[in-house]
Amino acid sequence: MAKIIVVTSGKGGVGKTTTSAAISSGIAMRGHKTVVIDFDIGLRNLDIIMNCERRVVYDFVNVINGEANLRQALIKDKRAENLYILPASQTRDKDALTVEGVERILNELAADGFEYIICDSPAGIEHGAFMAMYFADLAIVVANPEVSSVRDSDRILGILQSKSRRAEKGERVEECLLLTRYNPERVAKGEMLGVTDVEEILATKLLGVIPESETVLKASNQGIPVIHDTESPAGQAYSDAVSRLLGEEVEHRFMSVEQKGLFQRLFRRSA
Amino acid sequence: MSIFDYFRTAKKDTASIAKERLQIIVAHERNQRNKPDYLPKLQQELLEVIRKYVDVDQDQVEVQLDNNGNCSVLELNITLPERA
Ligand SMILES: Nc1ncnc2c1ncn2[C@@H]1O[C@H](COP(=O)(O)OP(=O)(O)OP(=O)(O)O)[C@@H](O)[C@H]1O
Ligand SMILES: [Mg+2]
Repeated sequence: MAKIIVVTSGKGGVGKTTTSAAISSGIAMRGHKTVVIDFDIGLRNLDIIMNCERRVVYDFVNVINGEANLRQALIKDKRAENLYILPASQTRDKDALTVEGVERILNELAADGFEYIICDSPAGIEHGAFMAMYFADLAIVVANPEVSSVRDSDRILGILQSKSRRAEKGERVEECLLLTRYNPERVAKGEMLGVTDVEEILATKLLGVIPESETVLKASNQGIPVIHDTESPAGQAYSDAVSRLLGEEVEHRFMSVEQKGLFQRLFRRSA
Repeated sequence: MSIFDYFRTAKKDTASIAKERLQIIVAHERNQRNKPDYLPKLQQELLEVIRKYVDVDQDQVEVQLDNNGNCSVLELNITLPERA
């Protein structure tokens, strides 16, 4: 049975697509047959982050409408062996996604042997975001340590708990928090919400903390999901998050200012 | 509390302000969210009934639902106009 994971946030631009690309690549590299679906109809972007923008022929909506079959629309990733991308359509209206249509595609993917289905949600709480989360078994709520993002995350958690199919069946979507663009220096200075603050406010299990990192932009410039950059803290943090998703216990990293000398630390604290 | 903490808390940092504000708004919004969907309609219909007898405005009728364990209390608060 396939596990359906939605990457969602409410607020835009917090790192959902970056996360979907990294997590799906990471899971696939661990040997699981994985597909990542772009639900951002009209604003397709997962393709360019994953460097397959010139290979898109058919898209998600074409498959739902029966204009193409899955095999024609799925794009095989050039880096990760077991990874496929289902791009969003660029032009059609977002209501093209229907509950029945999406369900049929998810079932087909599961029947095709996909173990993990990652759904990259659009921002907002409208139709597209709803479609991306409706069938989820697990939700990765992406948040930045910033008031509007945290507040929106809580709204999304509320929607997951009341409007998802699992909620309708009296079950629960498993939820976890991924805090991205984290800057431990600013947290230490009291300028940014800390991870424990956000965990406490949202009362949600922490999947990981992804530090703010220049390597994320470099990765997207080249269309290489940042998880492939094993030297970068962001890449390593995503890799840890993948391990946790797959059930391993991995200690959290990149949450505090790098260990400096004792004097430097004392100096920083009293400053 | 070390002396360093004293310096840090002397002036409240902006992250603490953010946390406090978030805790308040999130608690408020969760409370709203758990309310049954029929509440606005109930409020509207109650208002109509009350209006048959007294001349009150929308904002003078307050309907609140509070949960105390396994029992819910529906509280209705109507401010009657001053007598002419
Ligand atoms: N850890 C990080 N460090 C630095 N920059 C980051 C990090 N994560 C994401 N970004 C940057 O933030 C921007 C938004 O990221 P992304 O497109 O993944 O967000 P999104 O949530 O998918 O946006 P949308 O809501 O528009 O779909 C991008 O420019 C990305 O490079
Ligand atoms: Mg996106």
